[in-house]
Amino acid sequence: MDFLKAFIIGGLICVVGQILIDKTKLTPARILVTFVVLGVFLQLIRVYQPLVDFAGAGATVPLTGFGYNLCKGVEKAVSEKGFLGIFTGGFTASAAGISAALVFGFLVSIIFRSKPKK
Amino acid sequence: MKHEMTNQEYNEYIKKKTPNSKIFTNCIKAFIAGGIICVIGQCITALMKKWGLNQEDAGTYTSIILVFLGALLTGLDIYPRIAKFAGAGTVVPITGFANSVVSPALEAKTEGMVLGTGAKIFTIAGPVILYGILASWLAGIVYWIISLF
Repeated sequence: MDFLKAFIIGGLICVVGQILIDKTKLTPARILVTFVVLGVFLQLIRVYQPLVDFAGAGATVPLTGFGYNLCKGVEKAVSEKGFLGIFTGGFTASAAGISAALVFGFLVSIIFRSKPKK
Repeated sequence: MKHEMTNQEYNEYIKKKTPNSKIFTNCIKAFIAGGIICVIGQCITALMKKWGLNQEDAGTYTSIILVFLGALLTGLDIYPRIAKFAGAGTVVPITGFANSVVSPALEAKTEGMVLGTGAKIFTIAGPVILYGILASWLAGIVYWIISLF
């Protein structure tokens, strides 16, 4: 059941992205930025947490989930450290994802060669 | 009597129908591909929890593993092939973020380690991190103001 929920919600979030690409000519880069910022905003107004509780990875794997994590991290940091948390929360929450992307990104770009575009 | 369409009418009819049906097919593909990637994420999370990790750590490991898979499949030139079929279904999940970090870095390899790989790895990661942190900073201000009362 968890897997079905993850499939449906995750799929639907991707459909939103597809409609944006087809209807507005937003580039994938802009889609990524939009989804992260949207995730932060949706968590700020307390809409995203219920979606995560319902769909699990279906809500956390899309990039809106990355934004959700950022927002949750900053909320926690502010509650623990006050004003300082505004500056530490975002990076603390996203540290694992960003580090993984940079380290694996670097390793892959060292090991593999760019394939010629067909 | 049956109405026969003239060529012009037929062309207009096609014009009216095609973009929408194309968007519809794209959406179905994005739904399936995106859904499958999320189910893979759900599997990893379930496995991590079975091994005794709490929800939060299991979720973090899921992100790390999906980023690894996205990066590796991009290096093997498999992810771009899936992306051709799946569109946003491969862009929106975190594997798509990994893909967008790796592919410019791969292409810039010949420009050197520092200004090639080092700089271009941030081509898309840069904007995502900047606006993500900016948004979280603003959210932090809101949480801080709320905490004052």
